[in-house]
Amino acid sequence: MILQSLSLVNFRNYEEASLEFSPEVNCLVGDNGAGKTTILDAIYYLSFCKSYFNAIDSQNIRYDQGFFLIQGAILKNEETDKLHCGVKTGQKKQFRRNDKEYGRLADHIGKYPSVILTPNDIDLIKEGSEVRRKFMDGIISQYNKPYLEKLMEYNRALSQRNNLLRYFSENRTFDEESLEIWDEKLIELGSFIYEARKAFVETFIPGFNGLHAEVAGGAEQVSLAYETQLDTKGMAELLKGARTKDRQLRRTTCGVHKDDLNFLISDHAIRRFGSQGQQKTYLISLRLAQFEFVEKATGVKPMLLLDDIFDKIDDKRVAALMRLVSDHRFGQIFITDTSGDRIPALFREIGADLKVFNVEQGSVQLQEEVADGQEK
Amino acid sequence: MASLPGVGKKTALRLVLHLLKREEEEVDRFSRAFTKLKSEIKACDTCHNLSDHPTCEICSNPGRNQQTVCVVEGIRELMAIEATDQYRGSYHVLGGVISPMDGVGPSDLTIEGLLDRVRKGEVNEVIFAMSTTMEGETTAFYLYKKLASFDVQVTAIARGVAVGDELQYADEITLARSIQQRLPYENTTKKG
Ligand SMILES: Nc1ncnc2c1ncn2[C@@H]1O[C@H](COP(=O)(O)OP(=O)(O)O)[C@@H](O)[C@H]1O
Ligand SMILES: [Mg+2]
Ligand SMILES: [Zn+2]
Repeated sequence: MILQSLSLVNFRNYEEASLEFSPEVNCLVGDNGAGKTTILDAIYYLSFCKSYFNAIDSQNIRYDQGFFLIQGAILKNEETDKLHCGVKTGQKKQFRRNDKEYGRLADHIGKYPSVILTPNDIDLIKEGSEVRRKFMDGIISQYNKPYLEKLMEYNRALSQRNNLLRYFSENRTFDEESLEIWDEKLIELGSFIYEARKAFVETFIPGFNGLHAEVAGGAEQVSLAYETQLDTKGMAELLKGARTKDRQLRRTTCGVHKDDLNFLISDHAIRRFGSQGQQKTYLISLRLAQFEFVEKATGVKPMLLLDDIFDKIDDKRVAALMRLVSDHRFGQIFITDTSGDRIPALFREIGADLKVFNVEQGSVQLQEEVADGQEK
Repeated sequence: MASLPGVGKKTALRLVLHLLKREEEEVDRFSRAFTKLKSEIKACDTCHNLSDHPTCEICSNPGRNQQTVCVVEGIRELMAIEATDQYRGSYHVLGGVISPMDGVGPSDLTIEGLLDRVRKGEVNEVIFAMSTTMEGETTAFYLYKKLASFDVQVTAIARGVAVGDELQYADEITLARSIQQRLPYENTTKKG
């Protein structure tokens, strides 16, 4: 799958822009605030019908304008598909594929996948377990059809049960049968979610380990583990055992809503014991493993969007990473950097088909390459 | 008037303008009819269907099988089943489903009334026709456990309708078929 061209009208700081991409490596170079990330986000829009950074569509319209437009031409299965995303203030978002409006945006998602790495990924390490559950759930729901619905049902049953526990406490009453019907739902759904997550992590780990070893050159020992209360006891037993506690605390203290992923370096939490560069390397490996997972699930190579990922990692790892992503295991790449020639130079050395774009205050210019035969 | 279901602001305005043009007496008659509607239509003592007598037309109809009781969430679902013209038993209108987040518990529904009917030995089959939402299913499960100690057959309507679809939106043929081809409740759930 190759994004051949992209055009923007009134998208964030761009009044108008058109880009023709390389099928392999595309570098966006420019100062802070120039508009590099905005280009990646426009590509993300074409994949997911929404921004990665700002969920409110209308805030992505250029200041004082009434609409924005993102259009792209994507080569997939030897055909070029035209994608069109338009947002007008006060109107429903338009999303068309080959001039045909989608009935449901959900039907589009997964057709032209992309994986994005951004400095925000650090939240996966620093923030609470919810972020890591979201990471798992986001990947699993791409290949496990009923998963998302079951997850939503689980959360609803959980909320019902917590409401009931509060009601019992406020009215100083208790009714076993009223509680049990929600337990029953949580047992059925929680067990399903547990099995799906367990299977996901098991297949995810080897890919992750392999990628990490390539980027870090085997310099550190890392691992990833699924942490869940369901490992030792079944959901039914957990709920039963925690009943007194749940009634006291007026909420459900056991279940898959407490799941987490442990990110470890030398068997210690990377959040506490990893250097910034080691954390970054870990995150990059997670996303690349996600890439391989999504590729398996959708049957197409996602577009790989790398936003400012070089901060804090040493040159050796940068070089290893660039070699890795220009390998044909990964498809088309879009990469941003503030420093002029560092990344392009690396890719030239590797010999990838490369296009460099200079980004400056909402305008993009293709950097004319010296014809030194970098084309393969 | 815009607070009435199906009446938007424009329609409400049109109705008001229309009524203002009419003779006072006619408008009076109209409003008396509304008051009468509210004061005379009550719930049936037995099944909680709408009725202007203590016992509704269905419950007092000797041609209908009073030993078979179809449990529905509301009047609308009852009317949907009646519209199929295929069901000859009686009903029990719950008045909602169990949902703690909406403040609805078992005692807010007519569950006791249903159990009373069963307790008196008036019923030999209870058919669940609640919607397939999580709350509908959970309410069915609750009732099932309550009914377990009685000598009564518990069945559920067979669903031709997709999960999550509300009964009132199912078309008449699908609905008629699902009432006729009902299954023992245990077979319709994963809980066994
Ligand atoms: N709705 C908008 N209209 C106009 N400019 C915007 C809008 N939203 C963000 N911007 C500006 O767009 C610029 C480009 O941001 P970004 O693409 O993140 O830059 P960078 O090149 O550092 O990645 C920033 O200066 C930002 O303030
Ligand atoms: Mg940026
Ligand atoms: Zn009645």
